[in-house]
Amino acid sequence: MYSEKVMDHFQHPRNVGEIENASGVGTVGNAKCGDIMRIYLDIDDDGIIRDCKFKTFGCGAAVATSSMATELVMGKSIQEALQVTNKAVMEALDGLPPVKVHCSLLAEEGIHAALWDYATKHGIKIEGLEKPKNDISEGLEDEDY
Amino acid sequence: MKKLIYLDNAATTKTAPEVVEAMLPYFTEYYGNASTVYAFGEESKKAVTKGRDTIANALGAKPEEIYFTAGGSESDNWALKATADAYQSKGKHIITSKIEHHAILHTCDYLEQHGFEITYLDVDENGLISLEDLEAAIRPDTILVSIMFANNEIGTIEPVAEIGRIAHEHGVLFHTDAVQAFGQVPINVDEMNIDMLSSSGHKLNGPKGIGFLYIRKGVKIRSFIHGGAQERKRRAGTENVPGIVGFGKAVELAVANMKERTDKEIELRDHLIERIEKEIPYVKVNGDRVKRLPNNVNVCFRFVEGESLLIMLDMKGICASSGSACTSGSLDPSHVLLAIGLPHEIAHGSLRLTLGADTTKEDVDTTVDELKKIVAHLREMSPLYEDFVKNEAK
Repeated sequence: MYSEKVMDHFQHPRNVGEIENASGVGTVGNAKCGDIMRIYLDIDDDGIIRDCKFKTFGCGAAVATSSMATELVMGKSIQEALQVTNKAVMEALDGLPPVKVHCSLLAEEGIHAALWDYATKHGIKIEGLEKPKNDISEGLEDEDY
Repeated sequence: MKKLIYLDNAATTKTAPEVVEAMLPYFTEYYGNASTVYAFGEESKKAVTKGRDTIANALGAKPEEIYFTAGGSESDNWALKATADAYQSKGKHIITSKIEHHAILHTCDYLEQHGFEITYLDVDENGLISLEDLEAAIRPDTILVSIMFANNEIGTIEPVAEIGRIAHEHGVLFHTDAVQAFGQVPINVDEMNIDMLSSSGHKLNGPKGIGFLYIRKGVKIRSFIHGGAQERKRRAGTENVPGIVGFGKAVELAVANMKERTDKEIELRDHLIERIEKEIPYVKVNGDRVKRLPNNVNVCFRFVEGESLLIMLDMKGICASSGSACTSGSLDPSHVLLAIGLPHEIAHGSLRLTLGADTTKEDVDTTVDELKKIVAHLREMSPLYEDFVKNEAK
């Protein structure tokens, strides 16, 4: 069902983890649909992404697209990172099954959300970046097992 | 290739070697059409009769009440649509439950589009329907109650005999989808007040492509597949002789060693559940602990998504299934898990392990050992787990 590249990134996800005091953090997705992605960015004074980490709750495609997205933005400028679209992530993974295309949207949204957080914290405006939709809390209920 | 650990016996089972052996002569040697006059076809006819007798005996039914079909879905479709058709002068109301198989639920959707009214009974947190709810739902225009014998996802066994009794007290027919239950638990159609029952061969180590609908004598439903005069003119199509032979053999085997086989499965099932509950934190076992199919384990692992779990198990040679949205091709997790009241994100982390006659303790132990590692790895990657841990630390 998945390409070799997707399976590789699923089995050996790159850049899993957290960044303490990250320059920007974005969490996107929806627990109801079963996909939540969190992207951490470490951006230096020159606006270059020095480090990028992720955590994802989701299917194989969601994990693989998160992993690939972190690789694609690493070392890039903010403007270059904005060009990492869901299409670019999918192409880099040699494609996704049609029912999984929505997972790749999450990767793009995750990067945008983290950049938005960075921009907000630093009081700057990033050309071409819109406020992310944040529906993370939907479907989350506190239950103790 | 490493050893395959097959724990998806609710999806399908291995055809037993004895079953295949019984079937083989009916492909190349006795390939005659069972509906012919010549002596050669007689061998096929005898084989069909034998299969029918075996199955009827296993249910306490009469042979002429067993109608072979192509499988469970056809049987469910037939029972619902033909009952609706035949009894619509009495009424257009049907009662079923929220946790039925899609062969029932989607057929109900179809009937709703054709002017029938369907009541979907709720289930409790273990997946059991309430008999009071059932009785309250019956109306003068109710023509059929269709409740599954045992649930395919969470293994809960419904109070079938009582359901049938209540339906009959109100003069309503009772159909049960017994695709998961037949061969696993003893069934007697008279004692359990069953008017119609669906079953499928490949769920009990028989071949795929063969099933039957039991129709109690006196239930006036007509053909669903029109054509020749096979199956007492109620189900046209040349008899699937090898399939019927194989199904008959599978039922013979399933019934002969049911106690022994299911005792062993129950022991392994409970061992599996116990180890998971003891060794993996934040889990929830779904379904009734006692009124449960001998081979079914269904667990939710919090903060983990089901498809990821399945892929990682697959890489270790373990076959299982999940009720997560990603495995269903829709955005919603399993309707059964939602019906028992699980929140979406917990339902997404469900895993179903269904044992078979060949499952060993070693298989079960290997599976738990792998699960522990996989669940820990996926939680390490999960933002939901990260938030949970941070909240706990506060």
